[in-house]
This record gives sequence, C-alpha cells and structure tokens, in this order.
Amino acid sequence: MNVTLPFPDLAPAMPEIIIISAATVMLLLELLFKNKGVLAFIGVGIAALAMYFVPMSIGDTFGGMFKSDLYSIYFKFIFLLNLMLTIMISLQYMKREKAEYGEYYSLLLFATAGMMLMASAKDLIVLYLGLELMALSTYILAGIKKHDIRSNEAAIKYLLLGGFSSAILLYGISLLYGLTGTTDIYAISVYLKFQGSSLAVVMAMMFITAAFCFKIAAAPFHMWAPDVYEGAPTSVTAFMSIGPKAAGFAVIGRMFYVAFQSMQADWVPVLIGISVITMAVGNILAITQTNIKRMLAYSSIAHAGYMLIGIIAGTSEGLSAMITYLLIYTFMNMGAFAIIILLDRGDEIKDYEGLAKSRPLVAGLMLVFMFSLTGIPPTAGFIGKFNLFLAAVQAGYAWLVVIAVMFSAVSAYYYLRIVMNMYMKDMKEEASISPSPTLALAIVITVMMVFAIGIMPSLVIG
Amino acid sequence: MVPLSWYIGLSAIVFTIGMIGFIIRRNIIIMLMSIELMLNAVNISLVAFSHYLQDFRGQIFVIFIITVAAAEAAIGLAILVALFKNKSAVHTDEIMEMKG
Repeated sequence: MNVTLPFPDLAPAMPEIIIISAATVMLLLELLFKNKGVLAFIGVGIAALAMYFVPMSIGDTFGGMFKSDLYSIYFKFIFLLNLMLTIMISLQYMKREKAEYGEYYSLLLFATAGMMLMASAKDLIVLYLGLELMALSTYILAGIKKHDIRSNEAAIKYLLLGGFSSAILLYGISLLYGLTGTTDIYAISVYLKFQGSSLAVVMAMMFITAAFCFKIAAAPFHMWAPDVYEGAPTSVTAFMSIGPKAAGFAVIGRMFYVAFQSMQADWVPVLIGISVITMAVGNILAITQTNIKRMLAYSSIAHAGYMLIGIIAGTSEGLSAMITYLLIYTFMNMGAFAIIILLDRGDEIKDYEGLAKSRPLVAGLMLVFMFSLTGIPPTAGFIGKFNLFLAAVQAGYAWLVVIAVMFSAVSAYYYLRIVMNMYMKDMKEEASISPSPTLALAIVITVMMVFAIGIMPSLVIG
Repeated sequence: MVPLSWYIGLSAIVFTIGMIGFIIRRNIIIMLMSIELMLNAVNISLVAFSHYLQDFRGQIFVIFIITVAAAEAAIGLAILVALFKNKSAVHTDEIMEMKG
C-alpha cells in the first residue's frame, strides 16, 4: 500500500522556517568567523527578512495545527522587533562581558522561533513544543556567562521553576485532552460550548493558567523573576523581560478567548485576583530594591498585572489594547535596558547619582524611559495605559481600573527615584560609558518610538 | 482490563509525589528528578486517555514530551556542571547569591 501525504503549504509558516533554518546555519557559521559580530549582523538581517514575510503569512497549515492570523501577526512583529533590538544592544556588551559566543545569536533566534510558534499554535502539541523551544533556549541564554556564578544561579533557578511550570501545564493539557478527546484549541472550544464545563475542566484550566502565570511572571508565581533578571546578562534580561512575557500573553489570549470562551464566568474572577495581586506585589516590592535590574524585574511583574486587565476586559478592544501595550512596553523597557548597558557601571541604583552632571544626554534619555514606564504624557507609556484602562472601563471594570491607577501612582515612586538620583544628587565620580554604533541606533529607535507613539497614538491604535 | 480511573489515579499520585518532592527537597538533582516524575505522570495519563479514546494524538504527544524532557535534563545537568565548577554546591540553600 502506498500512502502519500500531502505536502504542507509552507507559506503561512515562512517566517518561522526562515528563523529556524538561519539559526541552524548560524551554529555552523560560528566556527568560520572569529569575529562573532558578523553573526549579529546576519541575525538582524534574518529578523528583518522574516518580518517582511510576516504580513504575507495568513492561513492554516500542517493539518490545521498551525494558524497564522492577524492576532499572531501582531505578536510576531513584537517578537522580531525584540530580537532585533536585543541583538543591537548585545553586540558590544557581550564582548565587554567576555561572553562572546556565536551560539548566543543562534539561541536568540531559536527562542524567537519558539515564541512565534506559540503565537501561531492552533494545537496544544505545537503550543507545548513552541513553549519548550523558547524556554530551553532562554535557560541557556540566562546562563551564558558560564564563569559567573550569578549567571549560573539565574539559569538553574529559571530551569527548575520553568520545568516545574511546564509539568503543571502538561498535566492541565492531559486532563483537557482526556475530557474533550482532542488537542485542537478550536475543537476544544466547540466541545466546551456544547457539552458545558465541569469541575474537571475548571481544574485543567487552573493548571494551565498557573503555568502561564509562571511564564508572564504574574504573582503568586513570580518568585523566579527578580533573581533570574538580576543574574542573567543584561542583554538577555532585556530579551527575557519582553519576549517570553509577550509569548505567554499570546497563548493566554488564545486559550481564554478561544478554548475557554464559554467559561468566561469561571476564569474572569481568577484573572482579576491574579492581576490585583500581581500589581500589588510588583509595585510594592520594587520600592525597596537597590539593584536596578531587580527593580525592573518587579516593574515587569507590575506591568504583567496591567496587561492582564486587557484580557479580563473580555472584549476585542481589551485584547488589542493589551497587544498595543506590549508593543509600547517593548520600546520603553528595551530603551531602559539599553541605557543600563551603555553605562559601564549601571547595575546599582546608586550608580545613577549625579549622572545628569557628568552625562546629561544619557540622563535625559533615561528620564524619558522612566517617565514612559510610569505612564506620564507625552510618552508612549501614557498612551498604552490610557488605552488599556479605557478598554477595561468600557467593559465595566471601572473599579479594577481605579486599583490599577493607584498602583500606577505607587510606581512613580521607584521610577522617579532614579530620576531624582540622576538630577538631584551630587556626583561621586565621573560615569564612564562605552557607546557603540548599534547600541546608539537601538537607543535612537526606542526613544523615537516612545515619543512618536506618545504624540501620535494613531500610529498603533486602530 | 484495568479501568481508566486507575490509570488516572496512578498518574495523580505520581504527579503529587513529584510535586511534593520538588517543593520540599533542596538538592537540585533530586528536584530535577521530581520534575521528571511529574512529566512521566503526565505521560501515564496521556497514554491512558489515548487508549481509552482510541485516538493517537495522546501517544504522539507522549513521544514529544519524552524528547523534550531529555533535552531539558541535558541542559539542566550542563548548567549544574557549570555551577559546580564555580562553586561546589548542589544544595539550593548554598546557592543564594541573590536575595530580596
């Protein structure tokens, strides 16, 4: 008997195919080039090429397991932007940290491919494989400074808690599979709509929610984030604070809006609780931090709390406000990390004392990113928050928005403390910086986008 | 014929043992083993469901999980070796450079 399998239509998966093949080839090219910077430029080029193919990639393929639609396209755009900016800021930094391995760029590409698969997954098997491709690559990236014990510690903590959370996810998936008899997200949605939910389905949903709260670093599953963010190389921290978080939100959005759509009454209260706790924990614990990477870790936990409000709203406006917020967050967070990398000594908050006197331009740029993270107009951060909160108010969660705005006011304390350190404290010693063309380009892009979106919100809204 | 509920019960018990092991043990190698136990509990339930539903997806999923678990163990042990070279410790209580 001769069985012929139809050759899958590759067009919808083209960006992923480009990224994965490039990453594989780069592993080999690594042996040829002594200057690993070449790989960085190849990486940016590949990301740009994939970005070109992204808008053309609408459709289902691989037996309906892979779905590229408008939703996943927005996320892929964010992932590729994140990849490009990360490569730009890490070129000089990895050399300075004496951790210039060619695998670094290849792993960044693999991690991005994993995120793109997650955003496009229409089947839980693809979802899991994308998740692990992303997670396994980021574990290694976190520990890439292999002679630095803090980097090792960050990697092992990330791996242990990441492995634990994916085991929990799988248990949820196995229950869901047993109950519905399928792993297709859309078929699960149809099944749940007609059969109704049961206690077991709610339990499976809780397992899946808990696992993805690990990925987006939402409380009470956030414990790994501060240690991992602090210990990992700064460029990797910048990558991790955006990519896996955005991928987690892509999956949460798809799971809750499609698979568990008929169970909205069950998941909304859970997410409201998680969102409020996340905002509280992130914003309050950030106040006491002395290390800026740790502070930004708590700030990224807090931002995950804000973004969850977009999911809770349960409307398409809420979902699109969340995606917009993620895009804006990419620019402002990446910009802040780029400034940290620019400074030779910039890990501690007290390193910023008197920066405005020795490096006025650097201090000015940091000011912009801190204002944007707080959400002060005319920066993009304000537009993102406004948009998100507006969607929640329209959906009838005004009280939740009041809580979010209150925590947002708390966040001003720790963001503006850096501004205060830079402008109102005396300089102890001249701050030295190590600029590079690519780093400068990344900072210019991020600061321009922060202002452009802040002044002309129509760029991203609508 | 062993009923489905037995398999699900076994899977739940093994998963719980793994989970408790992960939470209370402080040796990283044992914690990795506990994660492995949790993954294999999932495999038991997936295969049981797959047989019960007469659907192959569950078994295909198990193959993928086994593959990923092997990759994860390799990476975990590699990181542990790097860590051990810098500081001879496999106990989480001894690995606390960062806190707060």
